[in-house]
Amino acid sequence: MPATAPAGVGQLRGEEPFPAAARRSLADPQLRRNLRHATTTIRGKSAAVIAEAPDWEQLRAAGAAVKADTIARLPELLEQLEAKVTEAGGVVHWAADAVEANRIVTDLVRAAGTDRIIKVKSMATQEIGLNEALDSAGITPVETDLAELIVQLGGDRPSHILVPAIHRNRAEIRDIFLRAMPGVDPSLTDDPAALAAAARHYLRKTFLSTPVAVSGANFAVAETGTLAVVESEGNGRMCLTLPETLITIMGVEKVVPTWRDLEVFLQLLPRASTGERMNPYTSMWTGVTPGDGPQAFHLVLLDNGRSAVLADEVGRQALWCIRCSACLNVCPVYERTGGHAYGSVYPGPIGAVLSPQLTGVAENTSLPYASTLCGACYDACPVKIDIPELLVHLRAEVVESRRRPTAESIAMAAAAHTMDRVGWYEAAQRAARLSRLAGRRGRGLPPPLNGWTVSRDLPDAPAETFRDWWARR
Amino acid sequence: MSSRDLVLGRLRAALTVGAHGPVEVPRDYRHAGPRDLDQLVERLTDYRAHVHRVADAAVADTIADILPVGGTVVVPPGLPSAWLPPAVTVLPDEGLDNGRIGAADAVVTGVAIAIAETGTIVLDGSPDQGRRVLSLLPDRHVCVVRADQVVATVPEAVARLTPHRPLSWISGPSATSDIELIRVEGVHGPRQLHVILLP
Repeated sequence: MPATAPAGVGQLRGEEPFPAAARRSLADPQLRRNLRHATTTIRGKSAAVIAEAPDWEQLRAAGAAVKADTIARLPELLEQLEAKVTEAGGVVHWAADAVEANRIVTDLVRAAGTDRIIKVKSMATQEIGLNEALDSAGITPVETDLAELIVQLGGDRPSHILVPAIHRNRAEIRDIFLRAMPGVDPSLTDDPAALAAAARHYLRKTFLSTPVAVSGANFAVAETGTLAVVESEGNGRMCLTLPETLITIMGVEKVVPTWRDLEVFLQLLPRASTGERMNPYTSMWTGVTPGDGPQAFHLVLLDNGRSAVLADEVGRQALWCIRCSACLNVCPVYERTGGHAYGSVYPGPIGAVLSPQLTGVAENTSLPYASTLCGACYDACPVKIDIPELLVHLRAEVVESRRRPTAESIAMAAAAHTMDRVGWYEAAQRAARLSRLAGRRGRGLPPPLNGWTVSRDLPDAPAETFRDWWARR
Repeated sequence: MSSRDLVLGRLRAALTVGAHGPVEVPRDYRHAGPRDLDQLVERLTDYRAHVHRVADAAVADTIADILPVGGTVVVPPGLPSAWLPPAVTVLPDEGLDNGRIGAADAVVTGVAIAIAETGTIVLDGSPDQGRRVLSLLPDRHVCVVRADQVVATVPEAVARLTPHRPLSWISGPSATSDIELIRVEGVHGPRQLHVILLP
């Protein structure tokens, strides 16, 4: 049976429903300024480089087709990937859920005899709460992506898939560094170049002295066993090259069938994501290479609810996602609430469909409503995930998952019952006419149905029903 | 039951729901284009790489201009010696430790391929490019690109590369935009990327 991601571990469920969390961020003008600046900037850059690609729509269609094909053949592709990685000197592990993935990584780190690891930014490791699990096992995980480092040192949570510290401005970042970065120069300014240099200085020794790194993967090629990580800062290359042991954790949906498929995604991802023609660094490796890079490579294949997503014929297209975050940057709801309001490592439109499916909709009922259904996310998605369709589909599932009836569902059920019976229906119509005399005109429905009419006008019942009029003729 | 069997079993069970089958991937996007060296230069420069277009015979002099006087240069084992200026200290990579690599003023490498449309150079660990760490730790990366190594598009590059080699695709120097989306060059990788483009 497909299983959803377990509760109590990882970061897929918020502590409060979206509307409550959103209300707090809406009241923070600094946050909204930071968000508006960031989303507007990325949107502009992305639009410019997409306009340069005359075959953008053909690339999108190819990307969507590769993903649909992948999902339809997922088990066999994973077996092929496993065989190829093993052949190239890697070791493949399978993790049914976050708990198991965390245990596998913890055991591997312990076996390598270290109590500290370096990390490349990875959504999968955030999803499973790897840092928390390692911390409680006495292992220190050091985030090496600048934004993740800002989040980690600030005791904060990421708020965007691509730029996790998007909610922080330079003055806030300087304060975090001064407070929490060991050995930082107290005269540090808030100039972005100075802040980046401080991070470089702080991390260099750690890169050179830590024997184990943990990364995610953007793509894994079943045909060849090749893994790919895209990044900008070089922290990824450091982690993927310097340590003796490399552990890569990827959701099972990240596999692509062929080497050639990378030609599609390496064009789609940077343009949709950071608005660049190509990100500064892309690293690819296949198993281990003698004399070059880590000599031990472990690949952890993670389910953690993905099989449950796959089991939903409509919802499964959420697994096409390449985590570019383009949908966040065009979403009017995300732009105003920020990522924290979604309560999951996957915020924005894709988070509103992916998180509830990974956890089961009953545990994330507010997220499918965290959208205006304006459709901008569908237009922006480089692999053409129909997010509005998924939102509507999940809203229906939320309604069905509710065990306790609401006033609305009781009223609707009563209406259906009444309309099935001519005598009752005529009586109800007479009663509605009586309501004209009962003095509620213009005041909406009585409790508990008044919630409905707070934001909607209740039409007056007509003086004569159609049936009365027909009978009179 | 092993987790492998459990996960694969769940995925197979999930796929019994709904209609799906092999999907034909449309490949009607662009595959190749004209080799446009000017475009490569423009795109590399746009990413704040320094580009030097010189004749074969001028490589050593160009590198001498890039380096500080009496500088040290890490070189992979198969780098053509004619590329190196006489007045530098050359550290051939015969198992150099990371400290010495990182302390060098520069590394000089060849490339496997360069992509004009994206301003990307790709290293594949061939003898003139060496281990990945060589192009990572020094603060300057100088690479020499021959015109016949330049392709127009990403699909052309993917078709020419060998997946079983460790590959580093490099587009400009190391950069971050994590602070207010302001681009800063040189975070953890080389702060400067010099591309010497030969005819």
